[in-house]
Amino acid sequence: MQPTEVQIQPVGVLRDPHINFAYLDERTKRMIRRAILKAVAIPGYQVPFGSREMPLPYGWGTGGIQVTASVIGPQDVLKVIDQGSDDTVNAVNIRRFFQRTTGVQVSTDTLAASIIQTRHRIPETPLREGQIVVYQVPVPEPMQHLEPREFETRKLHALQEYGLMHVNLFEDLAHYGHIATTYDYPVLVNGRYIMSPSPIPKFDNPKMHMNPALQLFGAGREKRIYAVPPYTPVESLGFEDHPFEVQRWDHACELCGSRESFLDEVLMDDQGGRMFACSDSDYCGKRQAASLAASSDSGHGVASV
Amino acid sequence: MYVAVKGGEAAILASYDLLAQERRGDPAGAELSIAQICQQLRLGVDRVMTEGSVYDPQLAALAIKQSAGDLVEAIFLLRAYRATLPRLGYTEPVDTGKMQIERRISAAFKDLPGGQVLGPTYDYTQRLLDFSLLASGNTLASARLETPSTEATPRVVDLLHHESLLETQEPPAGDPDPFDLTRQPLRFPADRSARLQNLARADEGFLLAMAYSTQRGYSETHPFVGEIRFGTVELCITPEELGFSISIGDLPLTECQMINQFQGSQTQPPQFTRGYGLAFGHSERKAMAMSLVDRALRAEDLGEAVTSPAQMQEFVLSHSDSLESSGFVQHLKLPHYVDFQAELALVRKMRQAFANQGPTDAAD
Repeated sequence: MQPTEVQIQPVGVLRDPHINFAYLDERTKRMIRRAILKAVAIPGYQVPFGSREMPLPYGWGTGGIQVTASVIGPQDVLKVIDQGSDDTVNAVNIRRFFQRTTGVQVSTDTLAASIIQTRHRIPETPLREGQIVVYQVPVPEPMQHLEPREFETRKLHALQEYGLMHVNLFEDLAHYGHIATTYDYPVLVNGRYIMSPSPIPKFDNPKMHMNPALQLFGAGREKRIYAVPPYTPVESLGFEDHPFEVQRWDHACELCGSRESFLDEVLMDDQGGRMFACSDSDYCGKRQAASLAASSDSGHGVASV
Repeated sequence: MYVAVKGGEAAILASYDLLAQERRGDPAGAELSIAQICQQLRLGVDRVMTEGSVYDPQLAALAIKQSAGDLVEAIFLLRAYRATLPRLGYTEPVDTGKMQIERRISAAFKDLPGGQVLGPTYDYTQRLLDFSLLASGNTLASARLETPSTEATPRVVDLLHHESLLETQEPPAGDPDPFDLTRQPLRFPADRSARLQNLARADEGFLLAMAYSTQRGYSETHPFVGEIRFGTVELCITPEELGFSISIGDLPLTECQMINQFQGSQTQPPQFTRGYGLAFGHSERKAMAMSLVDRALRAEDLGEAVTSPAQMQEFVLSHSDSLESSGFVQHLKLPHYVDFQAELALVRKMRQAFANQGPTDAAD
């Protein structure tokens, strides 16, 4: 899929001809693609795969990198974000890795990208059909903190025996009067499997529901791949009298004025001064540019950023 | 005013340069050569090859040089390299009974066929800093050794079989291909071939601690060193198109056969059981630790109660790999401010609720 307009800011990196396209050998890619196909066929089910040692450390996105490496082609446009931003250190490193090993176009533009690899966020800009979003997953098993033995959690999934998880959430209600899980908030996919959405803030959970894009999840260290195909129901767990709810801020973004986005709190000084700004840098930047354009069109006001 | 942090990329490039400078150190000093590392840091090279799962002293030495001597980092480099290598074929199983011995000791027998061969070892040295090594150019005492025997030295475990005091270990029915962790994910319960492969690649420090725990009451295995041997074995492959075996080289290995008391079960008479350790090069600490943990992990197979961490497959095998543990522990350095923001909001909300309600009775 070739988008019409691509804005590329990142530093150019030369394709290294000594490395196979997207690093992995073709047999490994085929093995991973088979795992992905199985994952798409059984939404939310964790498919074990022969995860390889990548040149980045386990826990730093190796699952996402392997998934991206297996689905990327020369025509793709890649965007890599961490904490919502294209410019965080690990996002830069992963993007450089793919520039070096594939030579594909990269972009920070959510709409221009055909593949978006992400850690900890889903872009604010709605995704469209044909896009693939690849999540980096540290702990694919949503019940691992309740039952560390994989042998046991596998059985619980097979039997759809999710009492543990509901009791865990209920204990929060009993202790605090509300559910105290703020990120990596468990979801039920297609009415069957409970799944970790990866450590995105629960603010992002509703974006997964009936999303037109293909959502792939890679856990390299734990050697699991799972998926949410386009237009699949994804329900965040809750109770009838305590339904799932997302974070809201008393502030708007101080850079673009958005009241709809996830905000980072930025410390300004050592006197408790702070400001709030969008975590999604592409979304925030575009809104700032749009308001700048609007104000200069109307011929008054100078935006100070 | 806050300026969105840009230039992460420029900072990364600058840190590459700093790293290269720090690695090289003062350019007035001579640069380390790969041959020097292979020769003079050979035990480090052996460890990197063992845990890196590649037998290639030159690449291991390169990894050590590149990682400035951080062996865990060097192991990572070698593993990432090996992940891209094609699988050309499989060797025949090596026969350690035919090893050309450089060192071979048994703690279970005073003397035995083939004798006790001390070989090169720190075991019987006094650990005093040798200040003569501070000066370069010191001369070596010429070795007082005869050349190592080329006679095959029978393995202790094979000597004991005659009385069936020691369990025998036949290959499983049909002699299936061993599990290959480098191609398939580890799943539980893991069979012994998968466990041994995991332990062979496991971080030495982790294995050592697990092995040590079995000596301090966390699943006592009553171990005796049946034998430790270090030497070279011949490596053979049988190419399909040839149909006969050809030797492709020699491989130095350290093997440890640990013999453990076993009280018997409903189906088995009391006898000695075995734990097994194997490593590239000269890696005795690793091979011994591996053999203790291997034996502890056989608890379930032998009908023993599984009560201690060293006996628990998921505990040991899921946490033994230094790439996995080092990567995940250190990923905490990555930005987590989105999740931290979510937690900040939660704690503020809970503190608000606490302030509104006042301190509650600690008893409830």
